[in-house]
Amino acid sequence: MSGVHAHTVAYVRDTMLDQKEPPSTSVGAIGWARQNLFSGWFNTILTIIVLGLVAFVLGNILPWIFSPTWNAASLSECREILAAAGSVSDHGTSGACWGVINERWVQLLFGFYPSHLYWRPILALVLLCVALAPILFASSVPAKLIYFSALYPFIFPWLLWGGTVWGPLAALAGVVIGYVVYSVLSERVNALLGLIVGVAAALIWWFVLSGYVVDGLSSILPIGLETVESRNFGGFMLSITIGVVAIACSLPLGIVLALGRQSDLMIVKYLCVGFIEFIRGVPLITLLFVASTLLNIFMPPGTNFDIILRVMIMATLFSSAYMAEVIRGGLAALPKGQYEGADSLGLDYWQAQRLVIMPQALKISIPGIVSTFIGMFKDTTLVSIIGLLDPLGLSNAIRADANWNGIVWELYGFIALLFFVICFAMSRYSMYLERRLRTDRR
Amino acid sequence: MSELTTDREIDRSKMQISDEVAIEISKMNKWYGTFHVLRDIDLTVYRGERIVIAGPSGSGKSTLIRCINRLEEHQAGSIVVDGTELSSDLKNIDKIRSEVGMCFQHFNLFPHLTILENCTLAPIWVRKVPKKEAEATAMHFLEKVKIPDQAHKYPGMLSGGQQQRVAIARSLCMKPRIMLFDEPTSALDPEMIKEVLDTMIELAEEGMTMLCVTHEMGFARQVANRVIFMDQGQIVEQNEPEEFFNNPQSPRTKLFLSQILGH
Repeated sequence: MSGVHAHTVAYVRDTMLDQKEPPSTSVGAIGWARQNLFSGWFNTILTIIVLGLVAFVLGNILPWIFSPTWNAASLSECREILAAAGSVSDHGTSGACWGVINERWVQLLFGFYPSHLYWRPILALVLLCVALAPILFASSVPAKLIYFSALYPFIFPWLLWGGTVWGPLAALAGVVIGYVVYSVLSERVNALLGLIVGVAAALIWWFVLSGYVVDGLSSILPIGLETVESRNFGGFMLSITIGVVAIACSLPLGIVLALGRQSDLMIVKYLCVGFIEFIRGVPLITLLFVASTLLNIFMPPGTNFDIILRVMIMATLFSSAYMAEVIRGGLAALPKGQYEGADSLGLDYWQAQRLVIMPQALKISIPGIVSTFIGMFKDTTLVSIIGLLDPLGLSNAIRADANWNGIVWELYGFIALLFFVICFAMSRYSMYLERRLRTDRR
Repeated sequence: MSELTTDREIDRSKMQISDEVAIEISKMNKWYGTFHVLRDIDLTVYRGERIVIAGPSGSGKSTLIRCINRLEEHQAGSIVVDGTELSSDLKNIDKIRSEVGMCFQHFNLFPHLTILENCTLAPIWVRKVPKKEAEATAMHFLEKVKIPDQAHKYPGMLSGGQQQRVAIARSLCMKPRIMLFDEPTSALDPEMIKEVLDTMIELAEEGMTMLCVTHEMGFARQVANRVIFMDQGQIVEQNEPEEFFNNPQSPRTKLFLSQILGH
């Protein structure tokens, strides 16, 4: 205010101010650097120190990575190549020995899967991407593709393990039988009874009847793929198989557990609480040991319960307990008004959950859910401890080869890179999803 | 607060109260734990009535109307809505909830759905109306509350007043025979209160049975045919608005009115 008005309070603006451009030092690359890197003498010093550190680390690592040993056939040949190239330091030759990756990367990916059948896991992976598309990118993919996603759980084990085509078809038939029983009963009697009897019918079909039917059909019409034993599975294929199954099954199971934990029904509630707390209180390794050794003791003698299947079940149960707690967090963050809004419109419990509560609770929990997924996927490396040949298990096997005895960094680096690519992709996807679902912003 | 809510003439031609009972509450009691929130409530609402429930905070007025669509459970006495008694039978509760619309203080719109989807959700899933038809109905009611152009936005993009009008439209899409309002204007800026009250007045003009918990005494004076004053979980006084405001009987009512109309 000018001096004339210095002591008066009344003031009327007669012209409104137009918008102006911000000063040039606060926009563009210079503005960004000034704001984020050199905003004061202290920050400037920190910036310079950190840049120096980064340069130092890269200066030491990059020469090691770019080493001309891709075609070496053994560790000693690597050393010869490096010595010839002059990469010698006080501790001997310095530089990576990439020959091991060149020779063994296929094994790291597929384990001991028969090489003439590699097309099957590859096809399974491609189809997995197709099946995931309508789930992950619902808005940009034809909606009909979701039917393929529903069929994929039956195609996937058949492609990997092979065997008669009647196996997956019988499994599918179990779902159909269960659904038919459910829909008939829920219309005639009530929904809960329909659900219980439907599930029971499907279970009876799967565990009692379908075996005879499959045997009968495959003896008449022996169509199928060459069978691959579980012990031949290994490498990233194994990690991805276990990871995908555990991830895909733990989300729905986690939702059910989270809802059960909030249920008004006492028994349901305490069953869920007990399950979650037990699983969370026990290390995954313990569960895997139970799966690999103890479970056989409790099974009737002669039953052949596939080890990978057992591990998948344990991994699923393990991550579903964590999932349940993550989703419970999302549920707790929802205002009570959302439940009341849904109730006041006459939606029943399951409609309210499916249409109003879960979409929002899951959206809130996305970061936690994806963290659990990533953690689960990395935990699949623990199966090496019970003797399955996941990439880490294979790396030990590779080192047992006299040619590669002593190789550490290259193998672990390669394995780490592959894990990183997949986990980073999951992380980016979760951020994309959060952005896309952000509807509550102005 | 005592000034007029609307400056236009209210059309009273369709505001007719019939002899048909819409809600019958008798000897209804409710406790929160050991706290006795509602004590021996007796209330009969006839079709076409517009009732305003007033009272100090904690007097149980919100709880009362929340009991009517079973958002709260009463422990003794009976509530009969449209001839159906409220009990723990889930079928009855869902039936009543789809007949009784409710608007909340904080709107309770579903933020992950567009305005249109908010309005069509319950008709599609509860009433099993085909999507096209539900959308046509929704647009009809959105036009009625004067925000059809916002149909494809999300609730978070709308002002509070607009959100509350959407909430009213969402309830109307279920074609309720009774509307409950739980302090519909309490969370709004003063500028937006009027647009919501205007919507409510239009609803009243069409003969909707309404129960409103509100502090808008202007609205009560102009629109209500009965004002109920509650205190400590009991109905202390009820009367026609004219009498209620000009000639309150109970000392509690007098005190309350002097406090809220005094300034």
